[in-house]
Formats: sequence, C-alpha cells, structure tokens
Amino acid sequence: MYFIARRLVFYLVAAWVALTLNFFIPRAMPGNAVQAIMAKFPNLQPAAYKAIEALLGVGHAGSLWHQYGAYLTDIAHFNFGTSVSEYPASVGSLLRETIPWTLTLVGTATVIAFAVGTGLGVLAAWRHGGWLDKALPGLMFLQAIPYFFLALILLDLLGVTLHIFPIAQGFSQTVIPGLNWPFISSAVGHSILPAFTIVITSLAGWMLQMRNVMVTTIGEDYVLAGQAKGLPGRRVMVSYAARNAFLPQLQGFGLALGFVVSGALIMEIVFSYPGIGLLLLSAVSSNDYPLMQAIFLVITFAVLLANLIIDLVIVAVDPRARTREVTG
Amino acid sequence: MTAALPVTADPSALSAPPRQLGRWRRLPANAKVGVILMGLFILAAIIGPLLTPYDPSFQNPLPSLSMQAPSAAHLLGTTQSGQDVLSQLLVGIRLTLVLALIVGVVATALSVIVGVTAAFLGGFWDELLSLLCNVFLVIPALPLLIVLLGYLTQRGQTSTILVLSLLGWPWGARLIRAQTMAIRGRDFIAASRETGEKTWRILAFEIIPNQTGLIAASFVNTVLYAIGASVALAFIGVTDLSSWSLGTMLYWAQSQQALQLGAWWWFAPPGLAVAFMGTGLVLLNTGIDELGNPRLRDAANASTIAGRRVRPTDPTPVLLAEQPQRGRLGAFLHSFSRSSLLDARRETGGTGR
Repeated sequence: MYFIARRLVFYLVAAWVALTLNFFIPRAMPGNAVQAIMAKFPNLQPAAYKAIEALLGVGHAGSLWHQYGAYLTDIAHFNFGTSVSEYPASVGSLLRETIPWTLTLVGTATVIAFAVGTGLGVLAAWRHGGWLDKALPGLMFLQAIPYFFLALILLDLLGVTLHIFPIAQGFSQTVIPGLNWPFISSAVGHSILPAFTIVITSLAGWMLQMRNVMVTTIGEDYVLAGQAKGLPGRRVMVSYAARNAFLPQLQGFGLALGFVVSGALIMEIVFSYPGIGLLLLSAVSSNDYPLMQAIFLVITFAVLLANLIIDLVIVAVDPRARTREVTG
Repeated sequence: MTAALPVTADPSALSAPPRQLGRWRRLPANAKVGVILMGLFILAAIIGPLLTPYDPSFQNPLPSLSMQAPSAAHLLGTTQSGQDVLSQLLVGIRLTLVLALIVGVVATALSVIVGVTAAFLGGFWDELLSLLCNVFLVIPALPLLIVLLGYLTQRGQTSTILVLSLLGWPWGARLIRAQTMAIRGRDFIAASRETGEKTWRILAFEIIPNQTGLIAASFVNTVLYAIGASVALAFIGVTDLSSWSLGTMLYWAQSQQALQLGAWWWFAPPGLAVAFMGTGLVLLNTGIDELGNPRLRDAANASTIAGRRVRPTDPTPVLLAEQPQRGRLGAFLHSFSRSSLLDARRETGGTGR
C-alpha cells in the first residue's frame, strides 16, 4: 500500500493543479466572461450585470483568497453553478445525464482497442519481419489520418449510403429510455459504429508500442534461456517476453489516457452522441463558461482516477511494486 | 529543414558530400519515405501559394460554379460558394505547417530548457520540475485547450500557437531530462569541469550537442502533436476561422455538409493532406529511433537458430543512468512518482541506504 498511498498523494496534487488552473484561467484571460455574455445578448439591461456575475460565480465579494476558498467549497459540494445556455438546469444535472453515455462507450472501446492492440503487438514482435510486422506502416497511416476525417467517411459510407448503422444520437427517438430491452438494444446498435472507429484508430498505437518494447525484451538473455531449456514457444512468448514487456505498455496506457479522452470528445461531435464531448462543444459555442469549466474538471478527474486504477493493476502485476512495500 | 535533420546529426557529414550520400543509403527505408513526404509538403508550403490559380477566398457568384466536380479550370473542384479547392489547399498547407513548425520550435526549446535545468540542478529543483512535468502529462490536453481558447474573445493564430506551445513541452522535457542525467555522469563532462569551463558552456557545447538525435525526435513529435491538435481545434471551431488552414477547410466542408452532398473533392484533399503529413512525420520518427536503437531495425542480418531469429551479438550496450544524488526533500518528492518503482530493484539488491 506504500506505493499506492504515495501515488494517491501525487494525484491529489495533480487534481489541485487542475482546480487552481480552472480558477485562474477565467480571471487571467483578457476581457471577462460577464462582458462576453452581455455582448452576446444585446437586449440585456445593464442591471443584469450583477445577476450574471452571481450566476457565473465570479462576483464573490472579498479578496482573491476568499474567492478561492469559496470556489473550493463549492466544488467539494459538487456545486458547479447554473448553466447559462440551458438556463434553469444546474450544471450538475447536465453532467449526470451525459457522463454514463461517454463512460460506457469510450471505456468499452478503449479496453477492446488496448487488449487487441497489445495482443497483435506481441505477435508482430514474436514473428519479427512476418506479415503482421510488415503491415505496420499501413497501420501507421491509419493512425495518422485525423480521427474525425476517418469517422466521417465511415459514417457516410456505412450509415448514410449503406444504411447499416444509425447515423446520429445515442438511441432511436421511438424508444423510452430506461431499463427495457428495446432501449438497450437501440443504444447498443447506436454505439457499434462509434466504438468501431475508436478501436481502429487507436489500435495501431498500442500495437506499435507493445511491438517495440517486446522486440527489445526478446533480445534479453532470459528469453534465450527459456528457449534453451526447451520450453514451448507459446510459454516463452507469453510468460517470459510479453509479461515483461507489458509493464511499460501499462504505464504508457496511463499517459495516453488524455489522448483517448480527446479522441472521444471529437467522436461525440461527429456522431452527435449524447455524451460529455457534445456538451462541451455546445458549451463553447454558446459561451457557457460554468459548464465548460465543470466539464474540464470532470474529464480531468476521470483521467486521474483511471490512472490510479492502472497503478493498482501495476501493483498486482509487478512483484517489484510489492517488495517496495516491505522495504519502505 | 526537418528533412535534413537525420543527415546533419554528425557535423563531419556536412563537409564531405560523398559520405553524405552513403549516409542517405544507410538510412532506414522508413525514414527515407518520411523525408521525401515531408520534403514535398515543405516544398508545397514554400512555392504553393505562388502557384494558386485563384484567390482562395474569392466567392464566384455564378451558380454553375457552385460545388463543381474537378475539371480543367478547377483541378480539385469548387466549394459551395464557388471557391477553388486547390487554391485553399495550397494556402492551407502553408499555414498549417508554419503554425506546427513554430509550435515545434517553441515547445522543444521549452522542453530542452526544463529538461536540462532539472537534470543539472538535481535534488529539490529536479523533483519539483519533474513533478510539474508529470502533472501536465496526466491532465488531458484537449479539454484544457478548448477551455483556454473558449475564453479568448479574439482567437488569432498567435493565441493558438501560444496555447499549443504552453501545453506541448512536458513529454520532451521528460525524455531530455533522462538523457541529460545519463550524459552528466560521463568522463568528458568531468574533464571539461576540471579544465574550469563555465556551467553554461558545458551545457551549450557538451550536453546539448550530444542529444541532437533526441531533440530532433522530440521536435518531430511536437510538430506532429501541433498538426493534430490545431486541425482538431479548427474542426471544433475554436480557432481563427477566417484564414485558410487544413483544419478550417475541413470545418467549412463539414459545416456545409460536403459529404452528404457528395462533394468528396472538397472534403478528401485536406484530410488526406493531414494524413500524409502525419504519416511522413511518424515514419521520420521511427527512422530516427532505428538509427539510435539497432534492435528495432529489420531482422535482415540476423541468423536463424532453432527456427527462430536470434541476433548474432547484442549491438547496444545499455548504459544505465547513474542513480542521481537526492537531498532529503528531493527524495521525498521523488517517492511520489511512478518511476520510483524502479528504485526498488536496487534497494532490495543489498546496496540500500
């Protein structure tokens, strides 16, 4: 638990940095949010200035430190303020509606892409110079295509032209959301194409990384020793080479999560998927600052939490992490 | 400029043209393709805007010229408002590339400064800078970029460059710090210190020239990141939409439903241009990697033993970075990082403190 406790402190520091950035960005930017909103709605009376200030939570009385304290208290109570674009709705309720969609779809697709990509990377390295290895440049091209470009083309081809998949939204308009079969099947049907686009664009990255680490591990003496002992090839490949190459892969997974989230934001914009990315886009286009800030915080915290889970997995997989507990 | 990087890594290659040719031949095939691709794009960025047949923003009012398929007059067709796609593409490649190169230079400079400073000061400052690096690596960049740009009322190219550079340095800084640590302990550094060279001189003439390869790789990576991020931000619509870049072309094509209307000539060229640029950079980078790590190179000269390929000898003696000296505060900060796991091996190995 020593290692995990230390990492927990690191994530708390990271979360504090994110919170502080979030607090200072609106105050450091030229112009101010209230004026931007006033400019956007010309028929607002000047008297509305104070009201908007209160709405955005920027009009707190007192010093900067006092405001900072009030801001942290609000966040600790999950009080993110009121949305400007969807006026009476609180930011919290909007987040609660959208987060499950993003989490389910992006989570599943990422885990699939990671598992399949790692597996293919192991095979590509084991048969160094084989056909899978030779296909890598092609996969790199697939990865270099801007995600939304590929997604839009697939959407046009499979959705608009061939009518295999639905073209937008998270579920069809004819079903009632809830725990019933028509809704679930409709939601799953709507998520296949978005998930597929995420998987094929991120697959190559995992594969390339695993292959490169694995190629280096295969050159190690203990792999040769395993081979010399006459162990079956599969056993050497999986328990000798791949197991050791997997740790850097896991650490890379933690660092790459930010990119995964970025891809997911754009995926939702392309497919009009009712998740947090689409909400962020509409918040930006309608200058809904409280919503924008809350979404940034939620995404950051989700990534930090996922990283903590990866650390737990590392402790479970890597004996060194457990010995450290004893010495520490 | 980018195209020549792997070749000019050794200064002696510059003075001897015949050897340079030999180096080009020895370059991995991947890197060659990358160099050629990027060379073509840089060429297009330099001379492209001089060759544009039309003004990219000129809206031709003739209704027959709206959404016209490629023809002799408009080699890549026209947009909904009769603008020439080829002209937009040529101007857009320049803007996208220039923006990415500037971000690459600024962010790489930042990462060299932070990485080298951290490794050289050591102790507390090193751990503080590393902590900062790790924090910025773990905070997702795109949402932060969107929020930052969302607050700006005037979104020009400068603000995009600034914001992208500010978030682009941590990855390179981490790598450069590790490399500086490894170099710092070598004898020639100790020797130059003994001869009384000043610290800045050691940094500028001994340390930094010795990691040209790594700096080049992190520059290429940063350019790649800048292209991807700027195109994505333009597509979302939070950058300056009045000038032509590959991202804004895609934004207008998408918002005016080019695909649904079947206008592939409007939508495909900018997307493919970004894809080929990205592939060129990735290939260039794997090329640089393979130059530095021969194990990743093709298994062409490996012998076959027992049905499996085994390298004849291990070509790269792996230099372990010297364990850095940490003060009490520095060691405390370090114990929060994921890489502190690697210390466990040495500590349990008996040498422990």
